[in-house]
Parts: sequence; structure tokens; C-alpha cells
Amino acid sequence: MIIKALFFYLFAILSVAAGAMVIIARNPVHAVLFLILTFFNAAGLFILLGAEFLALLLVIVYVGAVAVLFLFVTMMLDVDFAELKAGFIKNAPVGALVGGIVLLELAGLFLLHGFSTGAAGVTQTAMPSLGSGVDNTTALGRVLYTKYIFFFQASGLVLLVAMIGAIVLTLRHKEGVKRQSVPAQVARNPKTAVEVVEVPSGGSIIPSTEGQ
Amino acid sequence: MSEETQTMLLDYAIWFITYALFSALVMVTLLLAIAFLLLMDRKVWAAVQMRKGPNVVGPFGLLQSFADLLKFVFKEPVIPAGADKTVFILAPVASATFALAAWAVIPMSEGSFFGLADGRWVISDLNVGVLYLLAISSLGVYGIIMGGWASNSKYSFMGSLRSAAQMVSYEVSIGLVIITVLLCAGSLNLTEIVNAQRVGVGSSVGLPQSLLDWYWLPLFPMFVVFFISALAETNRPPFDLPEAESELVAGFMVEYSSTPYLLFMLGEYVAITTMCALTTILFLGGWLPPLDIAPLNWVPGIIWFVLKVVAVFFMFAMVKAMVPRYRYDQLMRLGWMVFLPLSLVMVVVVAGVLQYGGLV
Repeated sequence: MIIKALFFYLFAILSVAAGAMVIIARNPVHAVLFLILTFFNAAGLFILLGAEFLALLLVIVYVGAVAVLFLFVTMMLDVDFAELKAGFIKNAPVGALVGGIVLLELAGLFLLHGFSTGAAGVTQTAMPSLGSGVDNTTALGRVLYTKYIFFFQASGLVLLVAMIGAIVLTLRHKEGVKRQSVPAQVARNPKTAVEVVEVPSGGSIIPSTEGQ
Repeated sequence: MSEETQTMLLDYAIWFITYALFSALVMVTLLLAIAFLLLMDRKVWAAVQMRKGPNVVGPFGLLQSFADLLKFVFKEPVIPAGADKTVFILAPVASATFALAAWAVIPMSEGSFFGLADGRWVISDLNVGVLYLLAISSLGVYGIIMGGWASNSKYSFMGSLRSAAQMVSYEVSIGLVIITVLLCAGSLNLTEIVNAQRVGVGSSVGLPQSLLDWYWLPLFPMFVVFFISALAETNRPPFDLPEAESELVAGFMVEYSSTPYLLFMLGEYVAITTMCALTTILFLGGWLPPLDIAPLNWVPGIIWFVLKVVAVFFMFAMVKAMVPRYRYDQLMRLGWMVFLPLSLVMVVVVAGVLQYGGLV
């Protein structure tokens, strides 16, 4: 238990610190890198809870795909730091208000439920036992494809719509742009591609434009 | 501190030290093996081009990799003036670390490790080993992106952008290929995936357990897709566009020198070896002998495993020597328009055959 608690505090402190650094860091690329560190520590917390499938899914989806796109976008941005700071004064009261409300709500939760004894209290929250011999990949599969099948399919549909939307918004066929067409290339044969020309000795030939 | 706590901490310390030692052993063995795999890569490449390859340092050039290592370590690391220093140094370290971390879950054989009571041929026999490998291999791209961005050079940046797009694209088909294997094996545990290959196509027609039982036969198209995607995922030729010499000099590592460069190269070769090992485990029966008869099944599993990994690596090396580099748009077309639909259809087909063929 001590070891588990130590690891809990390690992951928890690191994820909170990295989360803070996401908003403190001046350089947006550094901010995204700290965000990745936060995801990692969250995955560590999942593993402590015994949810290794969720933990690895978090790493694969968020760290492996979403954060790569974030990083792409922030690297491409030409960030003007002076402009960023100019907006700070204007937006600070709104930000402080939202932050304050969230803080109050969290404080309310803590006051209502009281502080549990140490880190052990955290593992007691909403963690149903899976029964012996069932790993949590199997357990998730059992409910996902039976009890929650419609929600599962619906969320898949939502993602599909988002994907099609993104493609529709960006796909444009410009006129006059040369594109490679593999079928056309493969369909070429010697008859249409090569022309045998009798070259008269001492003379020259003008390339024919017939086959084109 | 109570007595109970003390024994628990002591137990934990022993456990920790054992695992640390095992991990160190795996890492050292792996790095030594990679030194010789790298030499093999260069020798095969040379043989295809009718050259001799490295043959000066040590007998047959066997010590060439160690000479290269010493040379890299003793050079001065140059950090460009415009570079983001922290990220610049962090990138190669991340690249090598993530690549090495993958070996924590790769089972190299079964049974006890040289007769040790608690020893196994795998550091951590995770239930979700396949997912762990997918997660770790998707992290490999960070070293490249960070290195390319932090170098503050347009060539590095172009290289890292290409690389990121390439790795993200081919990960999709690798994931789907792995799903077909998982459907057949019915487990995410790598040891169980190998053991599921003891019986298969060959034994169902009455043959003894042999190489015809392994998944490369029933899933042959997926085996080919996986092999090619593994080449692309590890930035091997013919998909080495991130470091396309003819256009980008050395791509994302153009500003790197000395030990940081060494770490990048190391990460790359460890990732290649990981992919070879994964191919072996998923499709070539891991440590199972090619024919389960007397002289062959006396050979320890680890030897079969190593032989298979080296054979797959030989194919990697031959591809590098023989196939010209793809153009960038061709690479993307291959990934998204050929492999993705093919592997997606195969997932449905394999699932259908398993369900309605009564094979589950």
C-alpha cells in the first residue's frame, strides 16, 4: 500500500504540476509538451486504479494521435508574444471568474464528503470489482457490445460524421492542376506510348503530336 | 516503522532490484545484438552492391559498430545557436528511451529463465502487451518531431513533418493488422498469441505442429501489409523520406552530431529490432520450432526466436538494398488508399470467418 500511495502522489503531483505548466509556459510548443506529460501521468493514475486498458488507450489516442496534431498546429503557428500579452488584461477577469467557480465547486465537494484517509480513499471511488480471472479488456468488451451497444454505435456515427465533415470542408478539385492517375499510367501500352519513326539518313524528324 | 512495514519494504526492494537487473540484462543484450545487426545491415547492403562493406576493424569488420560508437561519443556535440536547447537535447533521449521501453513486454521464450525460480523470458508479461507496444511505438514520433522543431532549421522541420505524417498514417494499418491477429488469438497477451499458433491450418489437416500452423499462412495478406507498414513505421528505406538524403540532407537529424545523433540512430535501430520481434511474435510463431519433431524441439526457444528475428531483419536489409525510395505522395497513397481499405476489409472478413466458420 505504501508503494502504491507513493506512486499515486508521484503521478498526482507531476500531473498537476505539468498541468499548471501547460498554461504558464510561454512557448506554445513547450505547453503542448507539458500537456503530453500530463496525459502520461493521468495514464499512470489509471494503471494504479487497475484500469490498464483505459490507461494504454489514453496514451495511444491522446498522446499518440491527438497531441501529435496539437504539436503540428502549434509548430506551424507564428505566435506573436506581444499580442498574446495584450489580450491578457482584457481576458483575465473572465478567466478568473471561471477558475473561481470551478475552485468553489471543488471545495464544496471536498467539504461535503470530507477528506478521506490519505490516498487510499481515492482507490475506493467507483471501482467495481471485475470478478476473478476477468481482465478489464474483457470486462469492457462485455458491456460495450451488449448493454451499451447503441451508445457505442452512436458515438461511432458521430465520429464518422465529423470525419466526413472535415473531408467535405477541405477537399477541393482545382482546375488545371496536374494529378497523377495510377490507372491511366498502368493502362498505357506501347501502342499509345511509343512511336517508331523511320529516320531518313542525313535528315531530321519532327516529332508527331498525333498520339497525344 | 512497524515490523510489517519493514518486511514489506524489504520485499519491495528485492523485487525492485531483481527487475532492475533483469531490465539491465535485456538492455545490454539488446544493444550488443544491435551492434552486430547494424553490421549485418551494412554487410548485406554491401554484398548486394558487390562491395565488401566494413572489413577493417576486427576480424571481418566485426568490431566496426563499437569503433563507430567510440567515435560518436568522443566527438563534440554541437548545439545550433538558434536551437531550443532543452527540447533539442530531450528529443534524442526521448527517441532512444521510448524505443528501448518497448522491450519490456516482448516475450523471448517461454518457461523459466535458465532454471531460476522466479525467472521468465519476459520482463513484464502484461495482459495488454499488444496495446502497450502500440502505445510505445506511437510515441516514437515525438523524438523526431521535437528534434526537427528544436533544430530551428527548415530541412529538419520538413523532415520531421514528413516523418510525423508518415508514422501516423502507417500506424493505422498496423493497428488494424494487429486486430486481425488478436481476433484469431483471442488475447492481447503476447505470450498467449504465440501459444495460440501451436495449432492452426497445418494441424487442422492432420500434419504435426509445424510452421504451417503460424499466422503468416492464414493471414498472408496481413503479413505482407504488416511487413511493409513496419518498414514505413521505422523510417526504413524505401520509406526513409524523413531523412531523404537527396532532398533533405539528413532530414530531422541534420543539425545533430556526436552522442545525440548516436541516440537517434540507436533509437531507430532498436525500433527496427522491435518491429522484427513483433513480426516474429505475431506471424512467425515466436519461439516455436518450425517442425515439432525430435532434433528441432530440443533447441531452446530463445534460439528459434533470435533466428527468426535475424531472418526478418535480413529481409529489412535486403529491401533497403534493392528497392528505390518512394516519392512522398506515393507513400501516402499506399498507406491510405491501399493498406487502410485492405486491412479494414480483412478485419471484417477474419471476424466473419471466425464467427460463422465456428472457429472461435
